[in-house]
Amino acid sequence: MSLRGKAAIVGIGELPTQRIAPGRSMYGLCAEAARLAIEDAGLRKEDIDGLVTSEAPSGMADYLGIRPVFSTGVSMQGASGATSVTVASAAIAAGLCNYALIVIGRAREAQAGGGSRGPGSIGAEFEAPFGPAAGAGTGYALMYSRHMYEYGTTPEQMAKLAVDQRFNAQANPNAVFRGEPITIDDVLNSRYVNVPLHLLECVMPCDGAAACIITTPERAKALPNRPVFVLGAGLEQANAHIWQTDRITTTPARVSAARAFQMAGYGPRDMQFAEFYDCYTILVAMTLEDAGFVKKGEIGPFYESTDTTYKGTFPINTDGGQLSGGQPGLAGGFRHVIEATRQIMGRGGERQVANNDLCMVNG
Amino acid sequence: MATSYRKPLPNPLNPQASGPFWEAAKRHELLMPRCRRCSHLFFYPREACPRCLSNDLDWAKVSGKGRLYSFTVIHQPGNRAFEQEVPYVYAMVQLDEGPRMISNLVECPVEEATVDMPVVAVFDDVTPEVTLVKFRPA
Repeated sequence: MSLRGKAAIVGIGELPTQRIAPGRSMYGLCAEAARLAIEDAGLRKEDIDGLVTSEAPSGMADYLGIRPVFSTGVSMQGASGATSVTVASAAIAAGLCNYALIVIGRAREAQAGGGSRGPGSIGAEFEAPFGPAAGAGTGYALMYSRHMYEYGTTPEQMAKLAVDQRFNAQANPNAVFRGEPITIDDVLNSRYVNVPLHLLECVMPCDGAAACIITTPERAKALPNRPVFVLGAGLEQANAHIWQTDRITTTPARVSAARAFQMAGYGPRDMQFAEFYDCYTILVAMTLEDAGFVKKGEIGPFYESTDTTYKGTFPINTDGGQLSGGQPGLAGGFRHVIEATRQIMGRGGERQVANNDLCMVNG
Repeated sequence: MATSYRKPLPNPLNPQASGPFWEAAKRHELLMPRCRRCSHLFFYPREACPRCLSNDLDWAKVSGKGRLYSFTVIHQPGNRAFEQEVPYVYAMVQLDEGPRMISNLVECPVEEATVDMPVVAVFDDVTPEVTLVKFRPA
């Protein structure tokens, strides 16, 4: 039993990412992305009988006016999008539904503000008293420092990663940083959020939403888009607290990618491009190593010597990724699924990659 | 009790599970939870051993010696109460006995912090009720 070739993405919808979406609710943005995806797939809303989102799905189903016969919430932080593809594909393969909609979004304006001291937690007890950085960068900086120590990785090499992705964003109308190209010096001269992470190595929190439709290969044949088949999937759960991880320079991608490749019957050398989760530069770097695209510790020299733009020899994060496209909450990780699908469907426009049959996506 | 300390104090998930750690810190001792079933020494304190899930746990005093496994120098703290401290070292310390802790590196200029440097625990009585375990170069 395997997922190989048993489900296909047949439609996508993505709203332009914005710093703030005025007057919009998360549900409202999601409904719009869902509509775009359903139309793109050549379907009607009535066809949708499966729903996967990143929270308990009843509110979304209600808002969308659907009564799916398979629905679930996939609460996997940044990996919610990629994991939703796995879950929806499994539901399709098992015959639990025929057309599954995945939709994830965020809108901050309509969210209620908290403020009081929250409930106790491990983080509030053993991390907060020592002053972690703003955002989620503390753990990634710890990995980064250790990666520099173990492998000699340099900020210049990580800056090149950010610059390549920013180049890609210039060809993406939906990217929040379109129109703002950057250089390696710009990255290195941007202020530190927390050493060694410069500001331009960190994501920009944004608003936006995205959606896609998954169905069976047989049903996909009748639909207008080139089907994007799920060939393999793998997962390894990360720790919530980085200090609980034995080797912090090794990510779950070591296990998850190996499992996905094994199911697919392909390896890293077969992949023509990659869409990898990129909240911070160092995470793209480490996950590319762990997935086997370069030997462990050699990602720095790889970026120095490789053009990873959509025009390059191995394109990575062809829409700019989250670093240059923006991170609309949990839809940020989902953008990698959407962009991989778009490229494989041959709809990359100005940034279309030349070889677009096989891609690895990491959440 | 009135205090001028404005930074976040430890807000436990379960005060019963971690209480002995904090009580020991007030006495300037470093205790780690230990599993009586499999002898695993671990941190953070919790209700079950993270290795064997036994609930039969006690505490072991450790040396306070360790190494700076990794660190980041904070320039933009998540909490404004730390703004006067920047830049400061947010540290992941690996104790010689095995467990890891998050802490600060103190009594050391930030530019002298290096991965793998030896460190030793110091006890910072931040309020009459709370002592934080920090580390300085050994």
